[in-house]
Amino acid sequence: MRPETEGQLAEIVARLSEPVRILGGGTRGVFTSGAELSVTGLNGIELYEPGALTLVTKAGTPVAEVEAALAAEGQRLAFEPMDHRGLLGTSGAPTIGGVVAANVSGPRRVHAGACRDFLLGVRYVDGLGQVIKNGGRVMKNVTGYDLVKLMAGSWGTLGVLTEVSLKVLPMAEAEETLCVAVDGVAQAVAAMSAALGSPFEVSGAAFDPAAGQMLLRVEGFAGSVAYRVEQLRGVVGGFGDVSMAGDSATLWRDVRDVAAFQGAPGDVWRISVKPSDAPDLADRLAADGLLFDWGGGLIWARVSEGTDLRAKLGDVAGHMTLVRGKGQAKLQPEPAPVAVITEQLRRRFDPRGFLNPGLMG
Amino acid sequence: MEMPTPNAAVLARKAKLVERLQRVLPTDAVIHDEAETLAYECDALTAYKCPPMLAVLPTTTQEVSDVLRICHEEGVPVVPRGSGTSLAGGALPTADCVILGVARMNDVLETDYANRVIRVQSGRTNLSVTGAVEEEDFFYAPDPSSQLACAIAGNVAMNSGGAHCLKYGVTTNNLLGLTMVMMDGTVIEIGGAHLDAGGLDLLGVICGSEGQLGVVTEATLRILRKPEGARPVLIAFDDNEVAGQCVSDIIKSGILPVAIEFMDTLCIKACENFAKAGYPDCNALLIVEVEGSEAEIDYQLSKIVEIAKRHNPVELRESQSEEESAKIWLGRKSAFGAMGQMNDYMCLDGTIPVSSLPMVLRRIGELSAQYGLAVGNVFHAGDGNMHPLILFDANKPGDLELCEEFGAEILKLCVDAGGCLTGEHGVGVEKRDLMLHQYTAADLEAQMAVKDVFDPAWLMNPAKVFPLSVTEARRDARIAAE
Repeated sequence: MRPETEGQLAEIVARLSEPVRILGGGTRGVFTSGAELSVTGLNGIELYEPGALTLVTKAGTPVAEVEAALAAEGQRLAFEPMDHRGLLGTSGAPTIGGVVAANVSGPRRVHAGACRDFLLGVRYVDGLGQVIKNGGRVMKNVTGYDLVKLMAGSWGTLGVLTEVSLKVLPMAEAEETLCVAVDGVAQAVAAMSAALGSPFEVSGAAFDPAAGQMLLRVEGFAGSVAYRVEQLRGVVGGFGDVSMAGDSATLWRDVRDVAAFQGAPGDVWRISVKPSDAPDLADRLAADGLLFDWGGGLIWARVSEGTDLRAKLGDVAGHMTLVRGKGQAKLQPEPAPVAVITEQLRRRFDPRGFLNPGLMG
Repeated sequence: MEMPTPNAAVLARKAKLVERLQRVLPTDAVIHDEAETLAYECDALTAYKCPPMLAVLPTTTQEVSDVLRICHEEGVPVVPRGSGTSLAGGALPTADCVILGVARMNDVLETDYANRVIRVQSGRTNLSVTGAVEEEDFFYAPDPSSQLACAIAGNVAMNSGGAHCLKYGVTTNNLLGLTMVMMDGTVIEIGGAHLDAGGLDLLGVICGSEGQLGVVTEATLRILRKPEGARPVLIAFDDNEVAGQCVSDIIKSGILPVAIEFMDTLCIKACENFAKAGYPDCNALLIVEVEGSEAEIDYQLSKIVEIAKRHNPVELRESQSEEESAKIWLGRKSAFGAMGQMNDYMCLDGTIPVSSLPMVLRRIGELSAQYGLAVGNVFHAGDGNMHPLILFDANKPGDLELCEEFGAEILKLCVDAGGCLTGEHGVGVEKRDLMLHQYTAADLEAQMAVKDVFDPAWLMNPAKVFPLSVTEARRDARIAAE
């Protein structure tokens, strides 16, 4: 099924008699069964006002098309959405609706915010085939409940997105990355905390233990970047030798897409924690590969196939997503009172349970 | 303002309710004397008043849970209250309700600079959150004008913004976790010190739900290191349209100011008379503030000045010192007081796409002439969040009603221009009945479904946000079930 208008999509959903698997570009490893319902027919940018930093687009529009339109005006999606294709071995063109449905954010999330923070409005078709809108295309909007946030990261289980409205930001004139040779995770997290707690606006803080390198990205006007790089040398100089990276943009694309794990065997987990908890967790993970982003707040772990990390680590303050691998729930089961609420919400938005059933619990 | 008829059966249970509440709270935390409940009869939207049946002031999450469980069992509506600074009537009581005030819950529970978070009880005031981390040069970014008084509980309920949210975002972008008590007394924990909450983004939907889903008792907030410095530039124009174009050009240039404030003729004159800030005689005034080191500030201001000059400003005043910065901000910060000195006023906060600014201002001018009521405009231009202040005379019969009607016209205009009814104050009772202008019945039904899940009996702040006609069936079902 591949509707070409919101109206057609609504009609299809209203007439469903069995569960469907909602598909954008199909690049993010969604495992539910059911007939495919593709949103790629809903395609095209509908409104772009660079002077208002806003873009409204149909959900099936390829991310590449959105990014190209923004680049032509010197702007970008500041939350730096990850491209999952390399890590998951998928092909196809990632769509903006998929980015929103999975709330995909990259390294700049630690400074600028997540996809959900840049989402201004949505239109979607609920589980009964009704077209619903929430939010709008202005940056400040507290009119009624914020279903916009609820839809971001709902993996299609509350409705099929048909249109999203996003806040965009100017591209940086310049960027530089400092590399600090550090000894171990604890030291890396301490150094990243010092940098992120400085006034020098670090827009990326990652640690690759295999290389023993901690990376700090600084973006902005050239003069400002040069100044802040110098200041940051002072902030993190005590943690290890500081050098400048040659190709900052490539480095951060690799962090964003977890290039280090591409082609390597095993399951891949994404663990969101309080940064200072990362060193201890990293020890207990005993992973085959590790990558730390968001100042230590995001741990990418590569472990042997079938490892039940949730059982292994026990109760962790945070949550774990199985990004690549099978045999366990993709998303972390929620504690009892919250699980009841989310289950009831899904039932209200999709009473027949036809939209990506089972994906979120 | 129409409110639901108080439930006589609930009013008749007052004595029993007082007795039950006194068993779970300290004696002085249950306020039932009619002279004392008067203190809770309104919030900052003082045009509407109604004393509650009772007010309670718990000090712990457990006490909040006990209170809500009892009210739930007794079928009593509860109106949560932070500091009562809502401009939309978010904390307006009904005669049969219990006001649950969180003012006594104002402790800092944990300060964590390494992870850049603070955990506070929700009654703590916005400014005192920054106060708690200032010694380490950190701050809490959202800065509503009422920040000296307003509570985090109210900020979360209304998803409050402020002048500096162009760069730092509003409450929802700075909230990482919370503890909330649902109407039946169940305590839930959402998120924490980690950046992304797992599962559905309940944090996102609770923030801005206007106290209709539960009582937030604790919040984990993101704190940031203070910038090295900040300085504004004042730019004066003869024409609104040109000022609007200048804002758009600044944004497109790649500079991200922390604030871009806009004032029109009436506001400029009022502020000048009131605060003597030395504002030039002009029709549109912009205050643009940037942050960073001295050199970074100089560079950004020079770029802004260069852009502004292309639009032939009548005056450009780049602040060179803290005194000059204070003077530039003085007028803007006293805008509400200045307008208040001229007359009573109603403050709206509809948001529009920045590109519609000239059209919307022109139309507001036409409506002002038509209604015979003056309007001053001051607003956060970077994000299109308007603040038209309509002047009226509360002592003149019919003037308030005329003003309300005019206000509704302006808000509809904002929606029709591609914007929304409220950018940061919330719907409350004030804009409740305009919701169907922005949303369809199905859109509102989807929002109300969320409340059905959190508060099936519709006891929590039930007469707000949605038009009464739309919520009637749900509220009546509860009363019939008793």
